[in-house]
Amino acid sequence: MSSVLYDVPGPKARRVSLIGSAIGIIAIAGLLVWAITILAQQGIFDAKRWEVFQIPDVWVLIGNGIVATLSAAAVAAVIAFPLGLLLCLMRISAVGWIRIPTRIMLEFLRGMPVVLMMFFVLLVFATGSFVAVVAGLVLYNSAIFAEIIRAGIQSLPKGQREAGLAVGLTSFQSRRNIELPQAIRRMLPSLVAQLVVLLKDTSLGYIVSYEELLRKVQIMADFLGPQYLFPVFFVAAVIYIAIDFSVSRLAIWLERRGSKKAAGGVVHVPVAGIPVAK
Amino acid sequence: MDVIIENLPQYWDGFLRTLFLSGISGIIALIFGTVLAAARVSPVAALRGFSMTYVEIVRNTPLTIAFFFAAVVLPRLGVTFQQFEVAAIIALSAYTSAFIAEAVRSGVNSVPVGQAEAARSVGMKFSQVLSLIILPQALRTVIPPLINILIALVKNSSVAGAFFVLELFGTGRQLANANGDAVLWVLVGVAFFYLLITVPLGYFANVVERKVAIAR
Repeated sequence: MSSVLYDVPGPKARRVSLIGSAIGIIAIAGLLVWAITILAQQGIFDAKRWEVFQIPDVWVLIGNGIVATLSAAAVAAVIAFPLGLLLCLMRISAVGWIRIPTRIMLEFLRGMPVVLMMFFVLLVFATGSFVAVVAGLVLYNSAIFAEIIRAGIQSLPKGQREAGLAVGLTSFQSRRNIELPQAIRRMLPSLVAQLVVLLKDTSLGYIVSYEELLRKVQIMADFLGPQYLFPVFFVAAVIYIAIDFSVSRLAIWLERRGSKKAAGGVVHVPVAGIPVAK
Repeated sequence: MDVIIENLPQYWDGFLRTLFLSGISGIIALIFGTVLAAARVSPVAALRGFSMTYVEIVRNTPLTIAFFFAAVVLPRLGVTFQQFEVAAIIALSAYTSAFIAEAVRSGVNSVPVGQAEAARSVGMKFSQVLSLIILPQALRTVIPPLINILIALVKNSSVAGAFFVLELFGTGRQLANANGDAVLWVLVGVAFFYLLITVPLGYFANVVERKVAIAR
């Protein structure tokens, strides 16, 4: 293990670092033991607390929650991507009265909390909670997709578009056949990373009473009794994190593969105005 | 429209509470995130492992789960808060610091290798290399992404409104319940106050980005 930030550790430094590591591990282990003792005092580890998972209905509810979460995310992603593409083309259009209103709209959408949009759709249009969740996710994420694809197009060498126009393609043909395929390929890691954000944001459905995984946890705790809140929450949280984790692994894999395949490699640097975090 | 003007004091309270939540959580997250990033590049294996695990887990946790844990599950386990703001600040800063750590780490990696080599060759040890040479340059280059994370933090603080904190979103929910006939304007008012924070910050990020791009 060597790094430019420090010299290759000699015997003394290795010993110090070993002792440091040992102390650190002991401290973390101590913290864990402390947390576990507190949990144990609450009776969290009593077998009967965890017996709820022997009830098949609990698993049915958890399964329904997962399906609700994934279907909202899938529907939103499928609508948001083409919409983002369209918004991107409008945003870089040569025509002022298309470009400028689109720009204002994108600024507006990006500056808004997703949960506020969900709530807005829910109350103002009096839709069901599924539509509200999907609409909120679509509005926000299509704006982000548009900005990501725009950044991809701008990262292409100027000659790409010039060559397209020079051989007689129209502006739109050049965008569609020359620039967009390269831009999307370059931005693939960012696009998939945004998908992870979208997936995470479905949990906001909890706030607008959409019965996704977390809401199901609440329902089960209300129904079975508060003493089961922790076990059910624990299992649901692990499932949520596992799903998000596997999608972000996919993003990393795409990035590694993409840097070999895409011309000029993928773009790593977060572009101005695009939140790297949700 | 009238409903916004009539309830301006409530909006203002919510606006200030949103600023307060975001400000405090932002400061905590900046400090903790930088420490995490430093741990990630340190020579001590346990620190590297801890930082990596923390960032990986937290980045893949939905914020609502973090809030639910802090505001609903923890009190059930006997950890009660006098005010729910404390739970919100814990959830927000724990969540945001993971993203800050990633941004700062990418900044550390962007500093040219020669800088660290030069520092080591004049005899600096790791802590000096990092605090005197690398971090000042790294933090400079990551200011635009850091501002973007802070913008996201302001928007994320809206989740607190669903967990018993009367910030902007929470106020909006309350007003929407009270004024069933003017829901549209109530929420437009909330949106306006959010844009009042996020749009200038985004503009600021763009300006800084251009400046840094020229300097490099």
